[in-house]
Amino acid sequence: MPDKTLRASMRTLAFALLAFALTLVMAPSAFAEEGGGLPNANVNVHDQASLQRGARLYMNYCVGCHSLKYLRYSQMAEGLGLTEKQVMDNLNFTGAKFGEPIVSAMPEADAEKWFGKAPPDLSLEVSAKGANWVAAYLKSFYLDPATNSGWNNTVFPNVAMPFPLWELQGEQVAVMNPAENGLPATVKELKLAHAGSMTPAQYDGAVRDITTFLTWVSAPDELVRSHIGAWVVLYLVLFTLFALVLKKEYWKDVH
Amino acid sequence: MNAFTQWFNERAPGLDAAYKKHMTEYYAPKNFNVMYYFGSLALLVLVNQIVTGIFLTMFYNPTAAGAFDSVQYIMRDVHWGWLVRYMHVTGASMFFIVVYLHMFRGLMYGSYKKPRELVWLLGMLIFLALMAEAFMGYVLPWGNMSFWGAKVIITLFSAVPVIGEQLVTWIMGSFVPSDPTLNRFFALHVVALPLVLLLLVVLHLGALHEVGSNNPDGVEIKKHKGPDGHPLDGIPFHPYYTVKDLVGVGVFLIICAIIIFFEPTVGGFFIEHDNSIPANDLVTPATIKPVWYFTPFYAILRMIPNKGFGVLALLASIVVLFLVPWLDRGKVKSVRYRGLSYKIALTIFAIVFLLLAAIGDDLTPGWIVSIFGPNADITTIENLFGRILVVLYFAFFVFLWVYTFFGLEKTKPVPERVTTHA
Repeated sequence: MPDKTLRASMRTLAFALLAFALTLVMAPSAFAEEGGGLPNANVNVHDQASLQRGARLYMNYCVGCHSLKYLRYSQMAEGLGLTEKQVMDNLNFTGAKFGEPIVSAMPEADAEKWFGKAPPDLSLEVSAKGANWVAAYLKSFYLDPATNSGWNNTVFPNVAMPFPLWELQGEQVAVMNPAENGLPATVKELKLAHAGSMTPAQYDGAVRDITTFLTWVSAPDELVRSHIGAWVVLYLVLFTLFALVLKKEYWKDVH
Repeated sequence: MNAFTQWFNERAPGLDAAYKKHMTEYYAPKNFNVMYYFGSLALLVLVNQIVTGIFLTMFYNPTAAGAFDSVQYIMRDVHWGWLVRYMHVTGASMFFIVVYLHMFRGLMYGSYKKPRELVWLLGMLIFLALMAEAFMGYVLPWGNMSFWGAKVIITLFSAVPVIGEQLVTWIMGSFVPSDPTLNRFFALHVVALPLVLLLLVVLHLGALHEVGSNNPDGVEIKKHKGPDGHPLDGIPFHPYYTVKDLVGVGVFLIICAIIIFFEPTVGGFFIEHDNSIPANDLVTPATIKPVWYFTPFYAILRMIPNKGFGVLALLASIVVLFLVPWLDRGKVKSVRYRGLSYKIALTIFAIVFLLLAAIGDDLTPGWIVSIFGPNADITTIENLFGRILVVLYFAFFVFLWVYTFFGLEKTKPVPERVTTHA
């Protein structure tokens, strides 16, 4: 009898795992569709050093315009393993209190006048667009005299934002495919025309750090989740084993 | 037993009787297989949705101005708020997985047949209420997909002749989904529909316990009773199936925990990327699609070029499920002893349902490109493929009636008693 019970349980387990595996197989295809075949950003929110570097870059180059209104300075300190003093001295340039959200100092009305569109809050940017998109976007600015700001982007064509990281990456220009069959010319590839203060490899690292930081900002719960998740699953496995033993005990006289 | 129990039973005699009727003296067939876990799991998920829902209600702000922010407040500031919300969101999707499998079990073993037609009908009503509940819940976070999904689905009512347009405005309480829409959906989602669901679940179980459970052999265990008056092939629900279902609960919770703690969005299936953008009536998402569990029906709507007929087909695809007990005239319940054609048809039906889901979820363009190359005419191929699937979906029910009404089915002999035990 125990054989049969065991077989039935194994069947249950196999069935459940199969269904689960199917979901996992299908899930990335939905995500890939979102990213549109962009290169993998290789972010790892468990890399605390990368998170901290990303936060520093964000606070120096991005937060002037882009708020992170759903994140408090105090939460950033906790998530990134920093002290209150470190955050307030190095990462807070607006005079906001430690418990307050990270809000850009730029008045929204002015921003709209200057750029035609208020710079969006980026708290949930990675949730909305994916890490691959954010990383690719930051690497795809090029000089384009046809736009208002003088900059354009292959991932986000005619973007309103002038490239804020040009000092780091340098200036890219577009190599165009010739216009043909009445279709407008398209960008073939981007070439670095003037080097910035970083080498291309260093810049790739900086983009990965910013993207890692924004990935964490999108879902700060991830660090807590993965930490306790393993214990929850372990507990449930033990629970299931006990339940199985209990079931066998009760069912041994069912013929 | 003890003095307290005696005191209690003298004053509330019905409770003990009800407990016996539904638990310790409810005799269930002893041969339930893995497909029989999903009823109790659906009940578990319902409880989870109610409990987590109560806590979410404490912090959620049901206004167009505050809803999106309050969800982030729950995710970031409320202690364990992220866990409660992920449990609720994952629960919603798992509810449908479990219910679809539960319904498929009904089709496999003929659980809708005499004398269980009412059990099936009540179950279908639960499914309808669940769809309404899930749709309204999906609107509450007030992300951009909430907004556009609500707009598309509510606008379907404009297909109603004469009063269509007014009906849409009446449902929304406005001309676009906005504050009044969100307010009423909140009321319906947290009060009205949960009450309806609970009532229907009680009736579903009541109806089931009146006629008794079907089983994988599709034999009536009440035909063979022992000298004690209990079915020979039956065992008391409690403790036998309570301890067995506990195993199912364990496996199910492991899967849920892996999702909740390690991949709560399930790659954009359970929580869609566009819903991380606040509702914006000026920015349309690249593709507007409902959450995965509505996509088979949504695909049926999309594949029909005429809006009126599309809505009718969508409606028909659900109504036809209500009619299954009367479409299927076959006397043999279980797929184990039914004709080969039924087995094939049921398998095809399941595959068609999944493929329709893929179309509704917009997975097909990617598949078409990888099969036919980058220059493929996606719309034409998808429409052709999708329309064949729509025809096959309805063909299953036509087949079921023709096959059984004209006596074309060659069944195997059904055993007198159950053949296995779990």
